[in-house]
Amino acid sequence: MGRAVAIIGTGQTKHGRRNDVSYPELVREAVVAALNDAGISLRDIEGVVSGTMPSMMEGVSDTHLYFAEALGSVGKPVLKAETCGSTGQSIAHCGFYWVASGAADIILVVGSEKMFEGDGQATMTTVADPWFTKPFSAGAPMVFTMQSMEWIYRFGISEEKARDAAALISVSNHDNALENPYAHIHMKVTLDEVKNAMIITYPVRLLDVCPSSDGACAIIYASEEKARKICKKPAWIKGLGFRGEEFFYGESNKSIWPSATEAAKEAYRQAGIRDPLKELDVAEVYNPFTYQEMIFYECFGFCPRGEAPDYVLKGTFLKDGQLPCDPSGGTLCTNPIGATGLIRLAEAALQVTGKAGERQIEGARLALSHAMGGIDQFNGITIVGSEL
Amino acid sequence: MAKEKPKEKPREIRTEVFVPYEVAVGPTWSTFFDYLKEERIMGTRCSKCKRIFVPPRTFCPRCFEEMEEWVQVADEGTIETWSYATLKFYAQIPEPPFITVQVRLDGCDTGFLHRIAGFDLKDFEKVNRRVKLGGRVKAVWRKKKEGNINDIDYFKPIK
Ligand SMILES: [Zn+2]
Repeated sequence: MGRAVAIIGTGQTKHGRRNDVSYPELVREAVVAALNDAGISLRDIEGVVSGTMPSMMEGVSDTHLYFAEALGSVGKPVLKAETCGSTGQSIAHCGFYWVASGAADIILVVGSEKMFEGDGQATMTTVADPWFTKPFSAGAPMVFTMQSMEWIYRFGISEEKARDAAALISVSNHDNALENPYAHIHMKVTLDEVKNAMIITYPVRLLDVCPSSDGACAIIYASEEKARKICKKPAWIKGLGFRGEEFFYGESNKSIWPSATEAAKEAYRQAGIRDPLKELDVAEVYNPFTYQEMIFYECFGFCPRGEAPDYVLKGTFLKDGQLPCDPSGGTLCTNPIGATGLIRLAEAALQVTGKAGERQIEGARLALSHAMGGIDQFNGITIVGSEL
Repeated sequence: MAKEKPKEKPREIRTEVFVPYEVAVGPTWSTFFDYLKEERIMGTRCSKCKRIFVPPRTFCPRCFEEMEEWVQVADEGTIETWSYATLKFYAQIPEPPFITVQVRLDGCDTGFLHRIAGFDLKDFEKVNRRVKLGGRVKAVWRKKKEGNINDIDYFKPIK
């Protein structure tokens, strides 16, 4: 993994509809928050990594150009990475490698999206190829519903049990978001409301789906030496994994999802984790859809294949359960896509440094963060700990 | 300088970007579409892992070997997964409600994306009784072929 690297500061904007500011102003808001959190100034930053969704989402073809100043990158090297939903983890990994390699000591990473400015589902529809996939595409819900159905079928899960578990995930995420001042959706929902909400793409209903949000997130990495000097309690990077898979959706078994499974395995290997359910204290799983969250639990080894609904219904992943997942309310309640995967990491860092406020899981020392992107082609994971 | 606020709330302007593309289909997919005109679904086989791909691939995504061998697969197969879409998004081609399906065509090693149609799709309950995971479907061909994916009009459920 190279040199030890720590997160010494995080910053988030208030997420939601942010037509009170221009897009660069929104980006700067996250950068300023992260600098303040770290207690350093822009002069200390040696390079910047930035990322958003594909340009189609932004209506501006070169977001790194548009954001150059807001990123604080004037006179500094800039790197942009973009992998759809997993962008937040991709840029987190780019920034990590920059410091781990010894090429820099302090690096700023910024993810952002103004979903209200573009058309999210139009973007999702056009990320597909025009010959084979796009003619049958209906935005993100179609892809993730197909995956949920495949999973339910291949493991012989009863539709009713999966429905009940998905509803509980929606309710608990919404409850958790009430304690997160940055979250977009602050709304109490009931199991019945989730189960009876409008069908988007069967079996997925309206309250099984994340919102579209405007928002930005920034984190600051430092080398071990700098981190110990600057920060009383840094969050140490323990392990990371990222995997891609085939382009065509039907070429891999999405119910066991190779990229998610292998990314987790690699991150666990680096972090020395053998039993994630026992060893992890909290996880920020990228969960734009309730059913998908359960597939991730299985891919990440939180429970055996096909048994996620049972574990969910037992309360394993609730805030007071064995492995609390998404105490922030997760992607289900806040989704500025280019920022979302980085928010997962920022939240994990807040947890292991005891700075998560109302959403703090007491005594959290080891946390997993994750993001997924493409038409299910990409998965990235970063694990942080309170000790090196 | 005092911080000034705009007289009204901050404005939004509406803008649009239109960008035409000419995208190369490449020799393998062009050949696939030629075969569709003859009502044949053809895949390519990897010389290393022996898997047969539909849509065909020029090279195997896992082995990275070139795939030169063409193999005909059946125009019927098993439903691996499906989705019933009720909303119309901007830039979306099919009109809702429609059913996207992943079919494992007989003799093929990958799932193939298309649509299920040919009966009333408006009532979801009826659709849910008729379309089953693991159920069988068969291609319905268009009379007038254009050398694209729509030469297969749709897949229909069969016994
Ligand atoms: Zn092969």
